[in-house]
Amino acid sequence: MDLILEGLWQAIVLLCTLDPETWRITLLSLQVSGAATLVSLFIGMSAGICLALADFRGKNLVVSIINTGMGLPPVVVGLFVTIFLWRNGPLGFLGMLYTPGAIILAQAVIATPIVAGITVAAIQNLPRNLRLQILALGATRFQMVLLLIREARLPLLAAVMAGFGGVISEVGASIMVGGNIKGYTRVLTTATVMETSKGNFDIAIALGIILLILTFAVNYILTHIQQHDRPR
Amino acid sequence: MKTTRYLIAAAALLCALATGAAAAGPEAQQKNIILATTTSTQDSGLLDALLPVFEKQSGYFVKTIAVGSGQAIAMGAKGEADVLLVHSPADEKKFIDEGNGGRRLLIMHNDFIIVGPATDPAGIKAAKSAPEAFKKIAGKKALFLSRGDKSGTHSKEKKIWETAAIDPENQPWYQQTGLGMGQTLSVAAEKKGYTLADRGTYLSLKKNLGLDVLCQGDKSLLNIYHVIEVSPQKWPKVNAAGAKAFTDFMVSASTQKLIGAFGVEKFGAALFTPDAGKSVESLGK
Repeated sequence: MDLILEGLWQAIVLLCTLDPETWRITLLSLQVSGAATLVSLFIGMSAGICLALADFRGKNLVVSIINTGMGLPPVVVGLFVTIFLWRNGPLGFLGMLYTPGAIILAQAVIATPIVAGITVAAIQNLPRNLRLQILALGATRFQMVLLLIREARLPLLAAVMAGFGGVISEVGASIMVGGNIKGYTRVLTTATVMETSKGNFDIAIALGIILLILTFAVNYILTHIQQHDRPR
Repeated sequence: MKTTRYLIAAAALLCALATGAAAAGPEAQQKNIILATTTSTQDSGLLDALLPVFEKQSGYFVKTIAVGSGQAIAMGAKGEADVLLVHSPADEKKFIDEGNGGRRLLIMHNDFIIVGPATDPAGIKAAKSAPEAFKKIAGKKALFLSRGDKSGTHSKEKKIWETAAIDPENQPWYQQTGLGMGQTLSVAAEKKGYTLADRGTYLSLKKNLGLDVLCQGDKSLLNIYHVIEVSPQKWPKVNAAGAKAFTDFMVSASTQKLIGAFGVEKFGAALFTPDAGKSVESLGK
């Protein structure tokens, strides 16, 4: 119990004294996971919408694969991204392994199926007649898609939160492709693992608390947007 | 349409953050060195003391990948690291014999210790050597926690079992954690078992453990660290100049002095003994 209180105290001290190392780690976590979420939004939402609107043989199979992808274990993603990014691997010429870019890539791979899966469900959940109605009113296909996104914005924001929450709390892939390099690729989760193995449990707890505060703040803002104009 | 405006603002913010992330950090590929090393050099804080000095002197940026010695050597054998700092002599020799390495230089040593609960149920305190202590543990079927991760510590432990002529695999009292040294020590403390640990990690964790040093000082418990350059002939993408600069730095007189002084302030004793230029045979005498 003392340890937890000590950790809480450490968190307050680290935050209030503006400890530069902690701030850098926190900011990098936010940047990397924010960027990864953004990438996954572009890819996941486009793919999800296409899939939801398209009708073809084997659609169930594709959706099942995406839904399975929502549970992709981060370490497995980390392993494959590492193998691809190795110097002597297929993407080695990029020189990306052990950079923040590599973490963004791995996290985007983790978040994309989550976003895509929720998008498919969100769009398919809209009344089928809505599409016909929009098209009947003379909208182009592109305009229709924009309107559908607008109609499905609440579940789509949930997709953003699920994607972001999935990657900011993820440690397996980040440590493998980023390497937990001090001042470069050390993020909150990898720093927590390292401090734990160093036996600095108070600092590890402090970092955990900072991660929770950060995730809460981001989700609070997103929830605020989501709830702001939900249909009453 | 308020939501849309919020969403655009949020997207713009994320974009700004993303460009920030991309711009952060040092550029220039050949200025990077990948150092694959064991967790003990990082967890003890030694690298935090040495690397800033090296980076300032040489202008290189060191990407430290702290994994077990086994994995570090495997990275070197695939040309995925430029230089290694490891403590697993048998595996290192194999690495060199297979033509993967350039120079391999002795840097420092400390020692392994056998730790366990203060009650010492197997009575290993009376043992005169490490293999004898292991025999006592096996004889009493006392719980022993092994790293089980092909790290330098694990490979040393296997060697001691070999010397003791005991095969602990699949014995109920022999459990493999598959974790790092720090976590394995914590497991041993929780389960009141014995384990083999490097002194540096043990000292830095001691305050939370409640495990005692029960066997030490045997020459077979020496923990010897070498730095190895990965062969640029075999792997053309290796940063040979960077690896050379790092190796030269590690054996330089000023660095050796830093190593010898490291830990004195925090633990009251040095964690490592600098050994550059000595022969392995002369250690521990």
